[in-house]
Amino acid sequence: MLCDQCGKNEAEVHLTQIVDNEMTTVHLCPACAAEKGLDAGTVTKNLPLSDFLAQMGKAALADEEATIVGPCTYCHTTVDDFRRTGRLGCPHCYSVFETQLRAILRRIHGSTYHMGKVYVPPTSEAAERSARLAGLRRKLQRAVEAEDFERAAVIRDQIREIEAGIEG
Amino acid sequence: MRPFELRSMPDFGLSWLDASGPDSDIVLSTRVRLARNLQGYPFSVRAKPADRAAVLATIREVLERSGQLADAVIVEIERLSLREQRMMLERHLVSRELLGGEGETPSSSALVVSMEKPVGLMINEEDHLRLQSLTSGFSPRQTWHLVDSLDEDLGSELPYAFHHEFGHLTSCPTNCGTGLRASVLIHLPGLVLTKEIHKVLQGITQVGLTFRGLYGEGSEVVGNLFQVSNQTTLGKSEDDLIDHLGKIVGQVVEYERQARAVLLRDAPNVIEDKVWRAYGLLRHARSLAFDEMMNLLSGVRLGLSLKLLPGPSVYVLNRIMIYAQNAHLEEASAGTLSSSELDIQRAVLVRTALAEAESSTASRPE
Repeated sequence: MLCDQCGKNEAEVHLTQIVDNEMTTVHLCPACAAEKGLDAGTVTKNLPLSDFLAQMGKAALADEEATIVGPCTYCHTTVDDFRRTGRLGCPHCYSVFETQLRAILRRIHGSTYHMGKVYVPPTSEAAERSARLAGLRRKLQRAVEAEDFERAAVIRDQIREIEAGIEG
Repeated sequence: MRPFELRSMPDFGLSWLDASGPDSDIVLSTRVRLARNLQGYPFSVRAKPADRAAVLATIREVLERSGQLADAVIVEIERLSLREQRMMLERHLVSRELLGGEGETPSSSALVVSMEKPVGLMINEEDHLRLQSLTSGFSPRQTWHLVDSLDEDLGSELPYAFHHEFGHLTSCPTNCGTGLRASVLIHLPGLVLTKEIHKVLQGITQVGLTFRGLYGEGSEVVGNLFQVSNQTTLGKSEDDLIDHLGKIVGQVVEYERQARAVLLRDAPNVIEDKVWRAYGLLRHARSLAFDEMMNLLSGVRLGLSLKLLPGPSVYVLNRIMIYAQNAHLEEASAGTLSSSELDIQRAVLVRTALAEAESSTASRPE
């Protein structure tokens, strides 16, 4: 079926409206639907968070059916606990369920990479430097991936500066 | 840190009501919070009482030793009466999560609020630490800086759970990364009356923001008040998240001003009548349900902003909004009230507040 609006693309969004007791159905392609401010994805946004996470958990777990993960060796949270509550039990859970979480995080946030401030734990200066370097190297990699070479050059210089500080 | 005593600090945590911030005729408040957890303990929800007590003691010790929030007041939730707990919720100082919802009060939960700056933290909420700042009007940058500097100071003393890829680790994966949620409480009667609101709200959700009612997640929208906040916390820097919210909400404020201008241009008599009726009802009603009061306050708030009413001040309206809630009314009358008694007491409080405002300003409404 072709789009009612442009008549060119395949209709993928089917909108049924009831106005003044009269039902009308419009068939639109994604581009025309977006133009009208309709987003096929918005219908799921009112699901409670735990359902949403459970859905995503299932999807992520389906890929990993063969692998049995968990329970967490530290807090004993199981995949089922997580699926049911949408909550993890402890920081270590992030390592235990890493594969599943990566898929879930990508779906929630559109990314798995922390781009914010790099936390420097309250330890020695060396630990601080290595954490900053790790953060900068990741930023550099992403800048290169995004072909943002200006930014990459700035980050590279920052890395060199810190490395020079270590040698000096 | 001093312990909390409601009697000696009746306006505890309410500095944001003074309507001193930018755009405070439209934006009531800006809030920024950061979720943090300590290494070596299960997250608060799963932690045993001993772990929760250790988390509270560790954070308390650092606050006391470092002199951070030295001027602050600490509220141990277990020591509050149920009514006081509800009052903290009505003041937007704690979350339902911190109070443990319908069940028993969770152990070792606490709220810390600075008496100097509008900044503080919740301990043993869903996460071990929720650093937060609540300020008047529309000021995302300033509010973020207040929380950020507290985070820098605490983070240099406390071992946070941090992952090289996922950032700050939180109980719910929707908060991990920056752990940052910024939200503004915004009054949009112009967009509601001109029926533009759905378009605006849809636009908001399409650019990675989300909206809720007055009391956060799952709450209804009352009195044309919307809480707009960032949806995601991972994959963007704190500055980007704050700037994005600031930019979009700035546009919404602009749309709201335009909608109000349209209303004044096309239906000045209708709007003036609506505003004065709202004022008249609040000023004279003998029984007011909460939602009804909120809708009438919305009319008066609009009237003030459009200079159709000579008073009261936005501060008076903000105070009414807090003090005319159920737990606050019960506290004032020192007893439990039935639903109809609450509505009567609410009307008394509103009438008194408006009468006081009238007599304190020379420009008495006619």
